Amino acid sequence: MMRRVEQFQAARWAEPLIMQLGTQGERGIVPPAPDEQIRKAAGKATARIPASLRRKAPPRLPEASQQTVLRHFTRLSQMTMGVDVTPDMMGTCTMKYSPKVNDHIARLPQLADLHPLQDESTIQGLLEILYRMNRIMCEIAGMDEFSFQPASGAQGIYANACIIRAYHESRGELDRRREIITTAFSHPADAATPAVAGFKVITLYPGEQGYPELDALKAALSERTAGIMFTCPEDTGLFNPKLPEFVDLVHRAGGLAAYDQANGNGLLGIIRAGDAGFDMCQFNLHKTFSAPHGAIGLGCAAVGVKKHLAKFLPNPVIAFDGKRYRLDADRPEAIDKIRAYLGNVHTVLKAYAWVMSLGAEGLKAVAETAVLNNNYLLAGIAKIRGASIPWPTNPHHRLEQVRYSWEQLAKDTGVTSDQILVRMVDYGLQHYMTSHHPMLVPEPFTIEPGESYSLDELDECLETLRRIADEAYTQPDLVKTAPHRASVPRLDEAAVDDPAKWAFTWRAWERKHAALAD
Amino acid sequence: MPKDGGYVHPYIPNTSPAARRRMLDAIGVASAADLYDAIPNALKLKRPLDLPPPIASEHGLRKHVEGILAKNKSCAELLNFRGAGCWQHYVPAVCDEINRRGEFLTAYAGWSYSDHGKLQAIFEYQSLIGELVGLDVVSTPTYDWGAAADSAVAMACRLTGRKQILVPASMDRARLSQMRGFTKPFASVIEVAIDRKSGALDRRDLAARLSADTAAVYLEVPSSLGIVDGGAPDIVKRARAKGALAVVGVDPSTLGVLEAPGNYGADIVVGELQPLGMHMNGGGGLAGFIASRDEPRFVDEYPSFLISLTQVPENGAFGFGVGTLDRTSYHKRHAATDYYGTTQWLWGITAAVYLSLMGPQGMRELGEGIIQRAAYAAERIGRIKGVKAPLFTGAFFKEFVVNFDRTGKTVAAINKRLLRQGIVGGKDLSHAFPALGHSALFCVTEIHDRADIDRLATALKEAVS
Repeated sequence: MMRRVEQFQAARWAEPLIMQLGTQGERGIVPPAPDEQIRKAAGKATARIPASLRRKAPPRLPEASQQTVLRHFTRLSQMTMGVDVTPDMMGTCTMKYSPKVNDHIARLPQLADLHPLQDESTIQGLLEILYRMNRIMCEIAGMDEFSFQPASGAQGIYANACIIRAYHESRGELDRRREIITTAFSHPADAATPAVAGFKVITLYPGEQGYPELDALKAALSERTAGIMFTCPEDTGLFNPKLPEFVDLVHRAGGLAAYDQANGNGLLGIIRAGDAGFDMCQFNLHKTFSAPHGAIGLGCAAVGVKKHLAKFLPNPVIAFDGKRYRLDADRPEAIDKIRAYLGNVHTVLKAYAWVMSLGAEGLKAVAETAVLNNNYLLAGIAKIRGASIPWPTNPHHRLEQVRYSWEQLAKDTGVTSDQILVRMVDYGLQHYMTSHHPMLVPEPFTIEPGESYSLDELDECLETLRRIADEAYTQPDLVKTAPHRASVPRLDEAAVDDPAKWAFTWRAWERKHAALAD
Repeated sequence: MPKDGGYVHPYIPNTSPAARRRMLDAIGVASAADLYDAIPNALKLKRPLDLPPPIASEHGLRKHVEGILAKNKSCAELLNFRGAGCWQHYVPAVCDEINRRGEFLTAYAGWSYSDHGKLQAIFEYQSLIGELVGLDVVSTPTYDWGAAADSAVAMACRLTGRKQILVPASMDRARLSQMRGFTKPFASVIEVAIDRKSGALDRRDLAARLSADTAAVYLEVPSSLGIVDGGAPDIVKRARAKGALAVVGVDPSTLGVLEAPGNYGADIVVGELQPLGMHMNGGGGLAGFIASRDEPRFVDEYPSFLISLTQVPENGAFGFGVGTLDRTSYHKRHAATDYYGTTQWLWGITAAVYLSLMGPQGMRELGEGIIQRAAYAAERIGRIKGVKAPLFTGAFFKEFVVNFDRTGKTVAAINKRLLRQGIVGGKDLSHAFPALGHSALFCVTEIHDRADIDRLATALKEAVS
C-alpha cells in the first residue's frame, strides 16, 4: 500500500546550535585520569609544554551534560532523510539498501579496533577480506588486480589519472602525452582529477543520440593523447553502443582507457570492463556495492587494472602465498600514496558481505531490477504533464537512471526544476538530483531508483512528481515557496555566497553579526 | 540467469512474479533482459560470473564473515602502543550511538531542506574545530590529514604564485608520499632538516631554504616523530616574513592544552579528526580538515564544500547551505585545480559529538593526562639498559622516539617479542628514518594506565636482554 504522501510532516525541532546549549561548568564525559604515581612522577603537565605553545585561553567548546548532547544529535539525525528513513532516488548516487548486518559486523572490535600498522600476523582476517574482495572484483570487472585505497569515486578516478601518468612516464612519453579525453555527461571528477594530475582535459559533447559520436573522438585523438576517462552509461542512462570502438581508437592512438563505473549498477554480470578492452576501471563500493554513504562518506573506490598496469597500483598491495597474507610495499613503480594506510577497509568489508549474500545470480538480479525499476519510472514520468525525456529519437532503453527535463513545465508555469526538487521534501521524499555541470539539459532532473525500492515506493515517487506537476500548473506559488512541511522553511539562500554574510563557523557568525549590530 | 520472477532476495523487492509482470507490462517489454537493447551482443557476458556461492541466510553470512575477522587480534585484546597517524583513544559510547543512526549513516547528498540535521551537525563540527584551531573558516571533512595537507599547500601555491613547499624532514613518509604525488605537476617538496638533538625543526636549515620561491612552510605540531616544537610560532613568523604561507598540521587531541595555531599566526591549519571519537577501523577511521582566516581570497581556493549558517528571513531561525559551490571541481570540471567528492562526513559529525561531550575541561584533562602518562612511560622505558628514551630532548605529547642501538637488537625483533606477550610495540622507524638507527615511535594515550605502562616497560626489558 502506498503512503499518503500529502500527510507528511518532517520533524521540526527548531533545535538550537550545540554551542548555545548547556551551562557553564557542565560536562558530557570524564576522560580517564592518570593515577597519583604517574602525576607525581611526571609533575605538572603544562610545565612540559614549551611556554610559546601553552594554551592561553581554553577553547570555547560546549559545556553540556551527556544527555543534552545525545538528544541534540539524535534530534539532528531525525531531521535528516537517510535511505533508512525514506526512498532516495537521487540520480548518479546509486542509493540503495545498506544491509544492517554488514554494519553490525564492521563495528566488531576485530575490525573497529585494528591499528593499520599492526603486525601482519595479527590482521590476517582483514587481509583475507581484502584479498577475497580483490578476487571478486577482478571477476566482476574482468580485471587482474584491484586497490581499495582511494576513499571515494573522485579519489579513485584521480588514482586512475595518476596511473595513466605513471604509465606514460615509465615509457618516456609523458612529455608528449599531455591530454586526457572525457565526456560532458560524466561525473565532474572525470574532468577535474586528470587536470589536477597535470593533464590538459578535452571534453566530448553529446551528439544527436545523447552521447558522443566516434567522429568527435577521432578529432580529439592525437599523439598527445594520454588516455580517456570514459563513463558509460553517462548520467543520462544511455549506453553508448560504440563503446568498443571508443576503446579501440584510444588504444590505437597510444592512450589508455579508463572506465568510470560509478554508473555501473545496471551492468553487474552483464558486461565487464576488461572484456570491453579497458585498461582500468573504478567502482564505488559505497554506491553499487551497498556500503552506506555515511552522510557524504565513508566511501571507497575499487580501482581495477589489467596486468600491465598492476605495478603502478599504490602501495601496499596484499600478497598471498597460499597460507599467509602479507602487505607488499616493495614495489618501486607504484604511484604515490593516495590515502593513508589501506583506505576505508570497513567499507570494503561491508561490500564483501553484500556480494557474499548475493552471489553471481543475485548480482545479476540487482542489475536487471535496477534497470527494470528505472524503466518503470520512465514509463510513468513520460506521462506526467510538463516532463520530457531528452533525445526522443534514441530508440534504446535507458539503463539504471535517466536525466529528464522540466523544460515544458517551466515554460508553461514558471516553476523550475530546483523548486520542484524542494517541494519533494514536503511529501517526505529525499529530493532528486538536477544535474552535474555543465547543465546541458534544460531544467534537468536525474532519477536513479536502484534495485532496492518496492513497487509501492516507486509508485509513491511517481505520484509525488505527478502531484507537484499538477500544483505547478494550478497553484505555482505553492511550489515556488516550498518547502512547507520540511524541517526548516525557505532560507535566505543568497547569504551563503556573500562574503559579508557567509559564516562557516559559529565564531565567524558571531563576529559578523556583532559587526552588523554596531 | 534470473528469470522474470522466481528469484527473490531480501535486499531486492520487485523480483516476485506478480511485481515483475506489472512492471514489464507498464514498460511494454516481455523481459527485463530486453531492456539491454543498447548493448552490443558481443560485449555481453555469456556466462554467469564465477563468484563464491552466495550465503542466503543472514546467520550464515555472519558466521562466514565473522569467522574470517576472528583471525584478527585487535587492540581491544592486545595492549597497543602504536600510533603514527592513527591513534587508539577512548571512544565515548555516545559517539558510536550517533554515528550508527540510520538517518546519518545512510544519508548522502540531500541539502538544506531534506538534510537540515546533517548540515547542522557538520556546521557544528566546523565551528568546534574553529574554536580548537582559532580560525574562522573550517572545511567539511577531507579524506585524511594527508589529503588536507595536500590541498592546503596547493592553496598556498596558488595564493602566492610560488612553487616550492618546505616540509619537516621528520614528516611521516606516507604523508610525504601523498604530498609529493599530489603536488608533482605544479610544485616541488623540499625537506628541512630536523635538529638531531632536540628533534625540532632546524631553524638554520629553514633560513637557508626559505626564499622568494617558497609558497608554504608546512610544519606539524606535534611532528610525525612526536615533538612539540616550541619554535613553531617563530617558524610561522619567518615563513610569513618571506611572503610564504604558514601551514600548520595538528593532532586536535592536543588542543585542549596547546595553543591554537591561528593564535600564533598560522595561515592555514590542517589536521586529523580520528582522535576525536573515531575507532581506528584499520585506518578507516581517518578524516582530515582544513581551516583558515575568513578572507574571500582564501575561501575561493578551498576545494571542499563549506557549510554556512543562514537564516529564515521571516523569523531568523537557523538553516544551512553550501557556500560558494562554484569554486569547487563540481562546477569547474577541466579547469579545476583540486578536487572534491564523497569524503568522510560521518566522522565529521562524530567529531562534533566528541568535542561537545568533552568540552573545554575534558580536552584539557585529556591533554594533561596524556602528557603525564607519556612522560612517565618515556622515563620508565629510558631506565632500561641500552635503551634511550626519549631519543630527542624536545617536548612531546603522546608520542616519543625510543632508540635501541645499544641493545644490539632490531626493532623488528623487539616488537616480535613484545607481541608474544600481547603487546603492540612502537612503529619501526629504522627503514623510514635510517639516520635514527634502530628506533621506534611509541604512543601513549588516556587509555593506558600505570599497570599498562609498567607492563610495557617490563616486557621491553625482557625483549632487549
